Amino acid sequence: MIGYAGRILHVNLDTGKTRVERLSEDYAKKYIGGIGLGMRLWLDNTRAGVDPLSPENTLILVTGPISGTMFPTAGNGHAFVAKSPETFGVGEAVAHGTFGAEMKRAGYDAVILHGKSEKPVYLWIDDDSVQLLNAAHLMGKSPSETEEAIKEELGDYYIRVASIGLAGEKLSRIACIINEKTRAAGRTGLGAVMGSKNLKAIAVRGTRDIVPAKPDEFMDMVKEFHERMKGPATQKYRTLGTPENVLVHNALYCMPTRNYNNAHFEEADKVSGEVLNEKFVAKIIGCSSCAMRCEHEVVVPEGPYKGTMTRMEYETLWALGPYCGIGRLDTIIKGMELCNYYGMDAISAGVVAGFAMDCYENGLLSRQDFDGLEAQFGSSETLLLVLEKMGKREGIGDILTDGVRIAGQKIGKGAEKLAQHIKGLEVTGYDLRCLKTAALGFAVSFRGADHNRHGAYAFDVKGKVDRLKAEKGRGKMVRDLEDTYALIDSFIVCKFSRGTYYKELEDMAKLYSLVTGIEMTAEELKRSGERINTIARLINIREGFSRKDDTLPWKVMNMPIPDEGPVKGAFVSQEELDLLLDDYYESRGWNVEGVPTAEKLNELGMEDLIGIVEAKKEA
Amino acid sequence: MVKIHERKFVSADPDKCVGCQICEYACSWTKEKAFNPIKSRIRVVRVNQLANMAVTCRLCEEPACVAACPRDALTQSEETGAIMIDADKCNGCGWCIEACDYGAIMLHPENKTVYVCDLCKDQGEPQCVKWCPEEALTLVTSDVLAQKARIGAVKKLFQEAKAQK
Repeated sequence: MIGYAGRILHVNLDTGKTRVERLSEDYAKKYIGGIGLGMRLWLDNTRAGVDPLSPENTLILVTGPISGTMFPTAGNGHAFVAKSPETFGVGEAVAHGTFGAEMKRAGYDAVILHGKSEKPVYLWIDDDSVQLLNAAHLMGKSPSETEEAIKEELGDYYIRVASIGLAGEKLSRIACIINEKTRAAGRTGLGAVMGSKNLKAIAVRGTRDIVPAKPDEFMDMVKEFHERMKGPATQKYRTLGTPENVLVHNALYCMPTRNYNNAHFEEADKVSGEVLNEKFVAKIIGCSSCAMRCEHEVVVPEGPYKGTMTRMEYETLWALGPYCGIGRLDTIIKGMELCNYYGMDAISAGVVAGFAMDCYENGLLSRQDFDGLEAQFGSSETLLLVLEKMGKREGIGDILTDGVRIAGQKIGKGAEKLAQHIKGLEVTGYDLRCLKTAALGFAVSFRGADHNRHGAYAFDVKGKVDRLKAEKGRGKMVRDLEDTYALIDSFIVCKFSRGTYYKELEDMAKLYSLVTGIEMTAEELKRSGERINTIARLINIREGFSRKDDTLPWKVMNMPIPDEGPVKGAFVSQEELDLLLDDYYESRGWNVEGVPTAEKLNELGMEDLIGIVEAKKEA
Repeated sequence: MVKIHERKFVSADPDKCVGCQICEYACSWTKEKAFNPIKSRIRVVRVNQLANMAVTCRLCEEPACVAACPRDALTQSEETGAIMIDADKCNGCGWCIEACDYGAIMLHPENKTVYVCDLCKDQGEPQCVKWCPEEALTLVTSDVLAQKARIGAVKKLFQEAKAQK
């Protein structure tokens, strides 16, 4: 195969044995790569109903067909897929940097990790040589420290490493997997899956050549996209970056604040992208092969956290800031650094901290739980304490580090209602009460509360629809975006570059064909996008999900926006949600329970998976 | 022999370099028709997230790599100052690699001979410079670099003076 490595590596952590399987062209074309191929491989290799933290839950690491080429942003991504310990449905997360390109050069499209090692190990993939090496001396280290130590002991600066921190070792259900110090496969708690396997890190060195199928035309396309990358489509990411959203969302009253008690943050101008860039951004760097560069590196110039350096994006800034009522950027940056140090999804970690403060204000947690601190919203000390305790799984952190759903259940007495999540995954920085297209996208997102499975907020935020209205037609809008987003994460290209694909699927199909030599049309690609969303749905159905799981956080449906302003009183009623779900299921060709029909599966060439929907019918 | 003042080499501005490695891809593609950083004549170093810089041959005066070669496989171009390698004479011993202070000369993973930036003489201009999206790479002489730094420093000084007023 061209573009693809054509090889899947199986590693059995119980025995240390490895084997290589061929990637079939059928799977390549149907599931593309990235999360699509990863989910299909997970389904094939894992039985229904496994405990996410048991050895039986396979962990899949996967790249895309474009990885390793110089196509801007497309050369560098990788994804992890497993059953999520947070949602108990499909878990997947994508990261960029240089790790994915290195893995492709090592000659693998996917690595499937089976079982559990008896002792802490790390996986060392050196082209065809694959070994499990002792990681006892790495335990307790941060991902950044782990990466440094592995490069040092293997004696090569250019080795790429993805690893977990202490949170992953302690099976925190919000643990992530971090490569190159600041790039995280963040969501759905896959760091805990890695930790449950006693696998501290994956180190890769690849030396193979990558050559596209049609080199001259490919290089012409690269040139064209280099120009597009410098244009308006990426300007936001090249200048203020995603933190630009702070003031935009705040002005629209769609920035969840203080654990969804408000939709507007009165101190937003202190934590805006503008202030971040003026006072804290020290450098903007790029991933391998990117002609845009977006990674805003910030350094705290003065005060108690002076010298703290990390990457900063809107979502994490929002979660650690406004969501906790915190209007100090230095605290937020310190919090981000702690999340990277312990290896926690900083979105979830911030949302958990906001939840904990809400519990305190409602008398469900006491000062004792916070080492004597007054843990009200806005308390910097509380945020940092909670993050540290979650990272170490100590004290109250032992409960909180498993995410808001489980923490809410354990704390009880109504704390469940303060836990803002969907399918167990913490919310992100879009107030769904006043963004009703986004609300549908979030409700049906297969990995739980997330903006990255659909990007449906764009219609609401940009004013292309009445954002307060739930109406027919939104289903198809969400569905189309979901298909595109699934393809973006399967290719894997960067979502920040999505605007450079002027003809969207047509451009993507051309790229695919030029790299792989496999003829692909926009229509076929659209079907692959649909297929990838369908396989995710099938996994969730197999793991016990149904229509009732396509829901919204308690406050979104029960606590209207209280803030004086354009959207006061907004919320999403059950009737509205039902209308939106019916419309979405219909547009997908699923039945009213949200189950794909046998005809639909036949149409998508997924007849081999009809058993999953039939089992559902019988149940 | 071209005078050192007139010698143009590929220089990376660390303030502009973002560590994206496009230069590595452009180089390995130009030279080897493959995307493979270990076959690139220019390599990116990211010491930490803030410190990024691409490094390649500096076309030294009395180059240590040439002096170190026991087989006279390395010579310096009279015309440009670029290092030329006679692949028939080179046996990959690596003394030139040890001698180079910049890590700019490397052993090819397959040919087992050394390779170094030749300023893309066949293409007419260094392709890494052409591709660099940040304009961090330039083909310059030391004199021009000094001029640029000097002008930049003075401009900054006057801006600060202006701001203080």
